[in-house]
Amino acid sequence: MNRIWDLGKFAGKTALLEENGAEMSYEALETESRRLAEAAGHRCLTFILCRNTIGSVLGYTAFVNNGIVPVMVSSHLEENLLENLLAAYQPEYIWAPEDQAGEFPGMAVVYEACGYALLKTGYEKQYPLYEELGLLVTTSGSTGSPKLVRQSYTNLRENAASIAEYLKLDDTERPITTLPMNYVYGISIINSHFLTGATLLLTDKGLMQKGFWEFFRSAGATSFGGVPYTYEMLFKLRFFRMNLPSLRTMTQAGGKITPELHEKFAEYAAETGKNFVVMYGAAEATSRMGYLPPEKALEKKGSMGIPIPGGKFTLIGEDGREITQPRTTGELVYEGKNVTLGYAERGEDLILGDERNGRLETGDMAQFDDDGYYYIVGRKKRFLKIYGNRVNLDEIDRLIKAEFGIETASAGTDDHLYIFVTEEKIAEPVREFIIGKTKLNPAAFRVKVIPEIPKNEAGKTLYRELAGYYA
Amino acid sequence: MTNLEKYNNAFIENFEITEDQLPGLKYQDVEAWDSVGHMGLIASLEEAFDIMMDTDDIIDFGSYEKGKEILAKPAYGVEIG
Repeated sequence: MNRIWDLGKFAGKTALLEENGAEMSYEALETESRRLAEAAGHRCLTFILCRNTIGSVLGYTAFVNNGIVPVMVSSHLEENLLENLLAAYQPEYIWAPEDQAGEFPGMAVVYEACGYALLKTGYEKQYPLYEELGLLVTTSGSTGSPKLVRQSYTNLRENAASIAEYLKLDDTERPITTLPMNYVYGISIINSHFLTGATLLLTDKGLMQKGFWEFFRSAGATSFGGVPYTYEMLFKLRFFRMNLPSLRTMTQAGGKITPELHEKFAEYAAETGKNFVVMYGAAEATSRMGYLPPEKALEKKGSMGIPIPGGKFTLIGEDGREITQPRTTGELVYEGKNVTLGYAERGEDLILGDERNGRLETGDMAQFDDDGYYYIVGRKKRFLKIYGNRVNLDEIDRLIKAEFGIETASAGTDDHLYIFVTEEKIAEPVREFIIGKTKLNPAAFRVKVIPEIPKNEAGKTLYRELAGYYA
Repeated sequence: MTNLEKYNNAFIENFEITEDQLPGLKYQDVEAWDSVGHMGLIASLEEAFDIMMDTDDIIDFGSYEKGKEILAKPAYGVEIG
């Protein structure tokens, strides 16, 4: 029984194409998926150490489509964080690149395909899995917490179908990977395109590498997705002067793009007959919740759009009532079948059922205009997006306190995180520690030494006062 | 400051590395030289030498040595030595 995709119906069409020329048809993907699922033997928990390769996508497809529940993590995840996650969830298998299999001595290789190996972990404990649980993802960035989002088969099907509908996807699409596939935005591109028989172009190369663009041109990529920082880089690369006739659609998610860049890319798209689609979402809503129809991209600059097909937005004011007046700020609440089941913090939580009942309080503060288009204006919770990765500031504070035993507070704006400490000599070690934990580019992190961390009488940190140091 | 010093400093400051790591250094050899770091490096070099680099040269700039070749092109005329 296929849980999500009917891969066989696209027969000999190419499903996956790698930069090195390796490819796999839908038929082969279906067959290989069955073999891998049979090797795993039964419904259980599996970690996937993700890369943008055929082997990695094969593992994901095989597991999700055959009732085996994957936990998606980067193949570059910091060793301690991976160990914490493994200890918390005790999966039966790890699907890992063959060149990393040696990092798990004592785990037997029970199956191999396309450069990946299925490792039997040997954990004795197996946590029971809720029947509808289909996939487990981290909340974008990982700063060490074992918190995962529990996504159901219905969530995955509904969100993929909705995305395929509003992006008008068909089997001529050839999206090229610009995002890691453990990231929900990357997963959503796989999910929606496999529904329509499209060809995924897989590469781990980035926008700043010649090989990426050579592959883009030779394989005729029709679309890519990017976080705000991707668009900054493209602008810096003088992307508008590149000749990319195969390109049809650019999508943007993973944080709010500046209105200036939004306008520039919308203008470029209008002039060249391409689509620029700003989108809004979160791992807690499987992936997507809102999108700005490309024909409105210029007119509604700065907006993240309207709810996706099948979804609904409401704004809730501080008094708890629904906001009905345009241009009034309230917390954005989303309702739809892609609202996930809830979180898991440990193996025992994998049996939990639906805790959200189709309703998600996003934690984002928003307004709508006279035409019903939504604008994100702030955040209720203390987190930043760093190069598209969600970084929880309270978690950063906790990590530093636990490691160094000092007074600290973090704050900042997207792509710029400031860590405040009171001792000069600790500044550099703290910075290096956080860079190592988050594995994000050091350019995003600054440590500032201040006389004392501002607090109120109750001992609560006054984050607003810190804004004076960076705003 | 000589051109070589300016060139080396751009790498040292953006990637937080030491001078002895520079010979043979390639894209992604150090964690900080990812796409974000690359953009920072290019911005520093453009500022240091007052140039504007072409897209093809930015994406071709895959190593410490390759960068010297690119900057020596007539379009930029920066001899690193």
